[in-house]
Amino acid sequence: MTKEKRLKKRHNAEKRFRFYGLASIFLALLFVLILVQNIFSKGSSAFMKTAINVTVFYDPELLGVKNGATKDEILEADFFDITIDTLLKTFPTNNLDEENQLIDLFTTDAELEIKNALINNSNLLGKTVSLEITSSDDIDQLHKGNYPRDLPEERRRISNFQLSIYDNFLENKKIIKNFNNYFFKNGDSRDPEIAGIGGALVGSFYSILICLLLSFPIAVLASIYLEEFAPKNKITDFIEININNLAAVPSIVYGLLALQILLATIQLPRSTPLVAGITLALMTLPRIIIPCRASLKAVPPSIREGALAVGASKFQSVFHHVVPLALPGTLSGTIIGLAQALGETAPLILIGMVAFVVDIPSTPIDPSSSLPVQVYLWSESAERGFVEKTSATIMMLLSFLIVMNFLAVYLRQKFEKRWN
Amino acid sequence: MNKIISAIFGFLLVLSFTTNSYSRDQIKIVGSSTVYPYATVVAEKFGKSGKFKTPVIESTGTGGGMKLFCAGVGANHPDITNASRAIKPKEKALCEKNGVSEIIEIVVGNDGISFAHAVSAPDADFTKEQLWRALAAKVDVDGKLIENPYKKWSDIDASLPNKKIEILVAPPTSGTRDAWNSLVMVKGCTKTAKSLHEANGKKPKKACTRIREDGYAVEAGENDTLIVQKLTSNPDAYGFFGYSYLIANKDKVKAASVEGVQPSLEGIQDYSYPIARPLFFYVKKAHVGVIPGIQEYLKEFTSKKAMSNRGYLAKIGLVPLASDKYKVTRTAAIDLNVINIK
Repeated sequence: MTKEKRLKKRHNAEKRFRFYGLASIFLALLFVLILVQNIFSKGSSAFMKTAINVTVFYDPELLGVKNGATKDEILEADFFDITIDTLLKTFPTNNLDEENQLIDLFTTDAELEIKNALINNSNLLGKTVSLEITSSDDIDQLHKGNYPRDLPEERRRISNFQLSIYDNFLENKKIIKNFNNYFFKNGDSRDPEIAGIGGALVGSFYSILICLLLSFPIAVLASIYLEEFAPKNKITDFIEININNLAAVPSIVYGLLALQILLATIQLPRSTPLVAGITLALMTLPRIIIPCRASLKAVPPSIREGALAVGASKFQSVFHHVVPLALPGTLSGTIIGLAQALGETAPLILIGMVAFVVDIPSTPIDPSSSLPVQVYLWSESAERGFVEKTSATIMMLLSFLIVMNFLAVYLRQKFEKRWN
Repeated sequence: MNKIISAIFGFLLVLSFTTNSYSRDQIKIVGSSTVYPYATVVAEKFGKSGKFKTPVIESTGTGGGMKLFCAGVGANHPDITNASRAIKPKEKALCEKNGVSEIIEIVVGNDGISFAHAVSAPDADFTKEQLWRALAAKVDVDGKLIENPYKKWSDIDASLPNKKIEILVAPPTSGTRDAWNSLVMVKGCTKTAKSLHEANGKKPKKACTRIREDGYAVEAGENDTLIVQKLTSNPDAYGFFGYSYLIANKDKVKAASVEGVQPSLEGIQDYSYPIARPLFFYVKKAHVGVIPGIQEYLKEFTSKKAMSNRGYLAKIGLVPLASDKYKVTRTAAIDLNVINIK
């Protein structure tokens, strides 16, 4: 083979490699794009909700309270009659069946919405006001175009009569799209229109907080000791190998561990962020120790020796000089570890977090779900409205992960010192 | 650094303190995924009625729920477990061993499934084994396990009509399919097939419920109304769905008999109809009065508003109890009658 031919061959090999590299990057980007597009197109509509404008007359007689009633009296009052009255007034009906169909167009929480409006402003008593009542899931999905209306009636969840009411409302501009505050404020519910990720958000927040409080100090101290103080011998080698192994252990194993030790032996309460936080901390520990040690290793020995040379003790040289320099890497490692913990579902199944929890937890020892668990629970629900809710929850989870990862990169770049 | 260390110790101290004084003001429920949709609806209504927190419900499956429920008495153990079958003697023994000696049994209602076809088709009667043979992916023929060879009903048994097998099945995610699997596919599965499956290293219960994929069993959507529609347009096709759908569409479809029995409200309620089962939940009596709201939850669940023919549970597919059984259940819920676990 001639020299030129060999040269050409080598150049071609390089060109091919570049092409493969580019192709794989494009392919990866394409998959990410498809995933994101799929989630966004399904989920973005969940941030809006459909409401119907109705006129409420807060009749003191019907409520059984006097004019100028206190908040407590209003809280005690029965709003059932006034709700039914209000809803029935929106469209003429002929019989009980049609009345029921009309009422089904509104959320099951209509009574609560009418009640809350009066509690927030007790001056409304005895007055007629216009209110926006959230629509039922069926109308919501129909209005958003997620539910086809050109099917024959037998195959629709909405009857022809209900469709005619909907069209009438549309014509009279009674149907409004609002920001879906329920999605962020409410806990889980069996009615998609009032279900929210409020409980899951708080649950995830507590879990991650506890995970951070436990894992960060232990991981940092462990890595400082192992890197700076511990003698290098077979025992520390053994520990190092085990830490690396633990980082690769499937997360469900930690769930089993937590089930045995935290729930069965120590008897911590089930389904709580406290247990979730401790479990996630166990899982995250090795994942923080590894980058922590790497960033300590990256601090040049001259720093340590310089400190020792001017008379600092070993402790002073480590904590005054080495640790501050290693901190950016440590922090970004911690944040990435926490981001992984945030998206973890498997260990939470075993400690009972996969549960129907309506109330929003106020302390870490209240039962709660978490964001990834909520995704799992809703994806299994049959109701049409949960499809967009599932995707919207994934969007929230993704945005938290992006923010955390961005923060990690930012911290590292801002504070990292380069040694060259 | 000292601050961090003391913070950790402080945290652990608080942790151990909160654990020791830990008590619950919220009902905890575990158990069957079949009962889960009914229990969650009741729990949500119960929570909204005001005085008590909404119960937390975990869907662990009946067996898993029993294990947790029988693990002991105290705030760390669930108060109620949902079950799609009655408690087993083994589970009773476990309960007793762990000091859970007083259990209240509440029958929630019934789960009944009708095997139906168009009104225009001739009447039909099947045994469970025939139904299994028509649907299973693998059946035993002459002592060998083979891919389902039956194309016509008459291939299975000469007494059956000479018509192509065509069955619309509910999707695997539905509770109807679960109930169908456990009541028809497992029960109808022959002993030979079960032992052959076992010899192949497969769990017979699971292997028997695998449905054929050669076009004779068609997976229909989640929408039961759609199945009714399809049955109407094709008199040779069969489908299965909850009993409430049969009643609502009496003008379009009728039920085939199973083991010679037509489904009826009474038949499902007294289980003379073979594809029916009761659903339960079990309550720890020791927790009543300790965990607030348990008795009120029982009252809500067993109220006419929830459990009767016109109740909100019937609307989402529960077959209500016969009136004498309802009375027993209601009395058990009010008087907290315990069952014998010896």
